[in-house]
Amino acid sequence: MIDNLSLLGLAPLLNLQLFIDGLLIGSIFALAAYGLALVWGVMNIKNLAQGDFVIMGGYIAFTLSESPFNLHPILSIPFVFVIMFVFGWVLYQTIIRRVIERDLFTSLLATFGLAIVIQQLINLAYGPDVQTIRSEMAIREFFEGEVTIADIKFVSFILAMIMGLMITIFMKKSRMGRAIRATSQNARAARIMGIDTDRVYAFTFSLNAAICGIAGVLISMIWVIQPFFGITHSIRAFVIVTSAGFGNLIGVILSSLGLGAVEQFSGFILGAEFQQATVVGLLVGVLIIRQIIQGRQRQVVQ
Amino acid sequence: MKSKTNKILFYAVILLAGIFAPIIFPAYTFQLALLWMMILFALTWDILGGQMGYNSLGNILFFGAGMYICTIVQIGMYYDVAEYTAHFGAVKIDFTPYQYFSGLALGLVSAAIASLVFAVIFGWIVFGLRGPYFAIGTLGVAIAAGELVGAWDYVGGGGGISVPSYPGEPDDRALFFYALCFISAVSTFVFLKWLYSTRFKLALNAIRDDEEKAEAMGIHTNRYKTIAWSFAAFFLGISGGIFGNMTGFIEPLEVAFPTVTFGIFMVLMVLLGGKGTLWGPVIGAVLFHLIKEITWTYLLGWQWVALGVLIIINVVFFQQGIMGWVQDKWPDLFGISVDSVMAAGEEENSTKEVA
Repeated sequence: MIDNLSLLGLAPLLNLQLFIDGLLIGSIFALAAYGLALVWGVMNIKNLAQGDFVIMGGYIAFTLSESPFNLHPILSIPFVFVIMFVFGWVLYQTIIRRVIERDLFTSLLATFGLAIVIQQLINLAYGPDVQTIRSEMAIREFFEGEVTIADIKFVSFILAMIMGLMITIFMKKSRMGRAIRATSQNARAARIMGIDTDRVYAFTFSLNAAICGIAGVLISMIWVIQPFFGITHSIRAFVIVTSAGFGNLIGVILSSLGLGAVEQFSGFILGAEFQQATVVGLLVGVLIIRQIIQGRQRQVVQ
Repeated sequence: MKSKTNKILFYAVILLAGIFAPIIFPAYTFQLALLWMMILFALTWDILGGQMGYNSLGNILFFGAGMYICTIVQIGMYYDVAEYTAHFGAVKIDFTPYQYFSGLALGLVSAAIASLVFAVIFGWIVFGLRGPYFAIGTLGVAIAAGELVGAWDYVGGGGGISVPSYPGEPDDRALFFYALCFISAVSTFVFLKWLYSTRFKLALNAIRDDEEKAEAMGIHTNRYKTIAWSFAAFFLGISGGIFGNMTGFIEPLEVAFPTVTFGIFMVLMVLLGGKGTLWGPVIGAVLFHLIKEITWTYLLGWQWVALGVLIIINVVFFQQGIMGWVQDKWPDLFGISVDSVMAAGEEENSTKEVA
């Protein structure tokens, strides 16, 4: 650990490498976290299956790329979007709509059950092996090969940003986006104004599933997917949303990028097996800090 | 009173069944021991989850802590722990019966006390959190604990430790650990039955119903919450120590801090049986253990899917649990059932709260 730290001091470019990698991966975390902030803020659902939606999107892209069509993962994004949207809609109609009005723990536990079902079904279908989709893009070298950036990471960063921009425009301009924002502000008032909140909820949840699916496609290209990696992605999304709060897109993006960078550095310094520990440790840390801040105002984190 | 004789008879039947079950079904001793342990899990989870309304997903932390502390004390009393763990259990060291039993006794006591201390420390960290944050925060603490222990070479790291082996016949060993599980579960039940008849339970229920008002009424909520958590931790620590010795090998992620298996099972068992009741967790644990064993036997490969579906159905459609459902269906029956009239009245309130 000390060796790795001193190595960072000796080779300043390595810091740059880790930092850039972190930012590029963090942009994808931002997608899943934004989805979580959306369902949390609008429907008050704490979706613990968030990470499993991500992994599921990755596996759909994996299936498409292995299929006879041999679809490139980037081209499979629209298909994944549609499939995950429909999946989210079905989930909403069967399970989620029954837990919206219930207490907080219900949604948490129900989606946890959902997470188990999804990860186990993926495990049964694909086996527990780690998968990745080859994007067949070049790897660029900078500073005489000391900093390398795969084109695909950059492309996925751009795609994540485009996706985020599209969602923002959608939420600001479209009728449905406005309805979603109205419902999140005051569901009862929205209902009085003639908004079909049930439809809004269904759409929000499906949109979240679709966003997660796209994040999964990007993850499967630049990183690895495995049936049981979902929980780490869920915890990441929770870390980001807990520290940024919902309805704060800039905050979500910034803390996602920060989380990505922190994870890269801790992965390098402590070793890759500490990745999950880092994320979880950050979650606990964020909660403690928030608690101290709230405690000063004689409040609790709720 | 007739109901009182019935009650004594009922408890006697359960106790006798508990004592004679491993003699009648010797092949299932391990399963039966596990059943008692599950009952203990469910009962301790319900102290917070049911009575106090704090849904913890990380109670398994104390199970693992107790397991590790018990094992380290057992080994550390007679050997150097670092040297012992460095061999990754490859070197079997025989403990004499005296060494073994004295180590186990001291190990269980220190596991219980250390878990209690942990509960006080972690209580300070997590009890400022409410609702979902509390659930996620405790889950985070439990996962982090598993990862940290996995990185700690002194206790064997991710490779685990093999626990000192029982000096005696395998059959005796099974019966011995069955007896330990049985005694710990029964004493947990008796303790909670007493605890729930005191003002302490009323304070916990007040916290569940409205924490701000409870605080305003002069209840030291933080003190009550921490004490309740330490009770749960105390018994979980003991059960961890016993379980470590029962399996014979401990390892941080799957055995000691199994957040997604035992950690979730305890929540599920309570929800299945009906939370906020004394008997609900017991019934839920028995039923859940049966379901689990059946699915694990006949649906192998699909058992986890079945479990997830069970969670969803339980939480979404049947949240009041079996006790709550029975309560709704035959309220009259409760006056003469195993619970006293007082307790039945309280349960009515709690089911309302859940619904």
